[in-house]
Amino acid sequence: MSILISKDTRVMTQGITGKTGAFHTRLCREYANGSSCFVAGVNPNKAGENFEGIPIFGTVEEARSQTGATVSVIYVPPPFAAAAIDEAVDAGIELVICITEGVPVRDMVATRRRMEGKRTILIGPNCPGVITPDEIKVGIMPGHIHKKGRVGVVSRSGTLTYEAVGQLSDIGQSTCVGIGGDPVNGLKHIDVMRMFNEDPDTDAVIMVGEIGGDDEETCARWIKDNMRKPVVGFIAGVTAPPGKRMGHAGAIISGGKGTAQEKLAVMEECGIKVTRNPAEMGRLLRSVLQ
Amino acid sequence: MNVHEYQGKEILRRFGVATPRGIPCFSVSEAEEAARSLGGNVWVVKAQIHAGGRGKGGGVKVARSLEEVREFAQAILGMTLVTHQTGPSGRVVKRLLVERGADIRMELYLGMVVDRATQRVTLIASCEGGMEIEEVAARSPERIHKVAVDPVEGLTDPLAEAVARMIGVPDGSVAQARGCMQGLYRAFVECDASLAEINPLVITGDGQVLALDAKLNFDANALFRHPEIQAMRDLDEEDPAEIEASRFDLSYISLGGNIGCLVNGAGLAMATMDVIKLYGAEPANFLDVGGGATPQKVTAAFKLMLGNPRVKGILVNIFGGIMRCDTIAEGVIAAVREVDLNVPLVVRMKGTNEDLGKQMLETSGLPIIAANDMADAAQKIVAAVGVAA
Repeated sequence: MSILISKDTRVMTQGITGKTGAFHTRLCREYANGSSCFVAGVNPNKAGENFEGIPIFGTVEEARSQTGATVSVIYVPPPFAAAAIDEAVDAGIELVICITEGVPVRDMVATRRRMEGKRTILIGPNCPGVITPDEIKVGIMPGHIHKKGRVGVVSRSGTLTYEAVGQLSDIGQSTCVGIGGDPVNGLKHIDVMRMFNEDPDTDAVIMVGEIGGDDEETCARWIKDNMRKPVVGFIAGVTAPPGKRMGHAGAIISGGKGTAQEKLAVMEECGIKVTRNPAEMGRLLRSVLQ
Repeated sequence: MNVHEYQGKEILRRFGVATPRGIPCFSVSEAEEAARSLGGNVWVVKAQIHAGGRGKGGGVKVARSLEEVREFAQAILGMTLVTHQTGPSGRVVKRLLVERGADIRMELYLGMVVDRATQRVTLIASCEGGMEIEEVAARSPERIHKVAVDPVEGLTDPLAEAVARMIGVPDGSVAQARGCMQGLYRAFVECDASLAEINPLVITGDGQVLALDAKLNFDANALFRHPEIQAMRDLDEEDPAEIEASRFDLSYISLGGNIGCLVNGAGLAMATMDVIKLYGAEPANFLDVGGGATPQKVTAAFKLMLGNPRVKGILVNIFGGIMRCDTIAEGVIAAVREVDLNVPLVVRMKGTNEDLGKQMLETSGLPIIAANDMADAAQKIVAAVGVAA
C-alpha cells in the first residue's frame, strides 16, 4: 500500500505546457512507473495536441472521462491556480496536488469554501508534492534521493523534507507528503498523520513543521490520543523573529503565537520525540524503531 | 506589504468607514497649513511610520493651538521613534498625519485576519480599545470576541449588529458600527489584506463611530491586482538590504548575529539558522535563494551578506534537488572571486551531483571549508568565527 498515491494511480497535469509543468512532468514520467501513471494534460488552448506523447485535453472533465485519471497535479501560474483547483474539484477529481507557489490567500479562502462537502482531497498549494518511492512521484522533489521503506514523512517545507529523506537513505520511506507552506491550504499534518496511522506499510513517521499557526499542536494532541506508531518531530524557526514572514506565507510568528518553542513543547508533552537539531532527524527516527 | 495609517484610512474611507478628517504632511509648514484648513481648535499630530506603539514612544501629540501644532510637528518630524515594534534602533519619522481632534466617549477594538484553523476571514472585536490587543487577550480573554465570516454570505447585518452589541456599542450607534465593520470586511477582502486593525474605534460624544487609527497589511502574492496599493509602498520604511534582495528575487531578512547563511528553501534556511544557534552563535540573516538559483543570484546573495558589517563568516547550505550541486558550486566560486571574500566560508552540499560540486570547490584553490552535514557545517563556521565574536 502506501498513502494517497501508488503505482496504479493515474495522473493528469494542469499546466502541462508551461515551463515548470513541462519540466517536472518529464521528470515524473521518468521516475519508476511514471510512464504509465502520467496519462493526460490539460490546457484549454491546446486540446487535441499532445505533450511528448501525453494527450492534452481542453478541460479536466474531458481528461478525467477519457483517461480515468483520478489525481491532478497543478503547475498553473498563481493568478489562475485557485480556478484550476476549482475546476478539478468540480470534475470530481479525488486528489488535487497544487505545486504553484504564491497563490493569493483570498483565492484560497474562496476555493476552500467551495470545496466544503466535496469529495476532493487537496494538497498544497506551495508544496513539493507527494512521492511513494519506487512507485510514483507527483511533484517537484528529486526522485533519486528517495528509497522504498517503511517511514512516513510529512512536512510543510520542501528542501527540509529532502533533508529528512536524505537522513533516511538507509531505511527508506513509505510515502513522503509535502503539505506546503501556505496559511490556507488543503491537508494538514493531522490529516496525513491519520492516513499513516492506518497504512500497514508505515511503521513510524517523521513530522517536520515550522513557525506559524498551530497545525503541529493540533496534530500532536491527536497523536497523543490516537497514534499507534512512533512519531519524531522537528520544527524550523527557533531563531525566527516575530512579525517577519520567513519565506513561506504561513511562516510567521504573530501576536506571540506560532513559535517553534511552543510547538516543540506541546509535541513533547504529547509523547512525540523531538529534536532541536535538524541534522539529527534520521538518527532520532532510527532510535524509536529499535 | 504595509502602508501608513493615513493611507490605510484613505482605503477604509473608500469602503464607507468614517475617520476623523486629516491631511498627510511632510514638513512643519504643511502641518500648520493642514491644521488651519481642517479648522477647529484641537488637532492630533501623528508620526507616520510602519510600526505600532507610536503614542507611547512620543510620536502622537494632541495640540490645542496652531503654535502647538507647529511645535509638535517640529519635534516629531525627523525624530527617531523607538517603539516595541521598531526594535532598539527605531525609525526616523518623515511623514505626519494632522487630524481634527475627536471627542472620545468610548474606545473599542476591531481587527481582521485570515484564521488558518477555520480558513475564513475572522473579525476580532473588543470593548477594550486603545491598548495592545495581545495584552487584553492575556489579561481578559473573555473581552475578545471572534467571529468567522462565511465568504459566500459575507459579514451579514445581524452578525455585525450582534458583534457591535457584544462590545457595548450604545443602541444609537449600532447601525453605524455595523456599517463600519462591513466596510472593514469589504476593504479586507476586496483589497486582499492579510491583517487589518482599527485600534481604537471610537464612539464620539454625539454618537459617531470613527476609526481613529488604521493598520493594514496586504498579501504580497495579490499585489499584482492592486496597482493603487503597490503605489503606496514606502521604501523608507523597509530594510535596504531586503529591498535589494527583492530585486534579485531572493528572500532575505536581516537578523542580529554575525554568521551569514545562504540556503535553498525557506524551511531549510530556518533550520540552518537554528543549527547555528544550537552551536552557540547567531545567524546574521535569513536567505532563501529559491529553487532556480543562478550564479548571478548566488553572487548577489554573497554581496548582500557581506554588505552587513557584522558578518564574520558565511555558511552555505544547499540540498540539491532539481537544482544541481555543481551549479551552486559554480555560483559560489564565481561569487567568491568577484566579491573578494575576506571571511571564513563553510559550504555544505548534498543531493544531485554532490561529488562533482565538492570536487569543483576543492580544486578551485579557494579557502572554502567543506562540511558533511548541517551539524558539521554549523560547528565548523562557529569555530572559524570564534564564539566570542
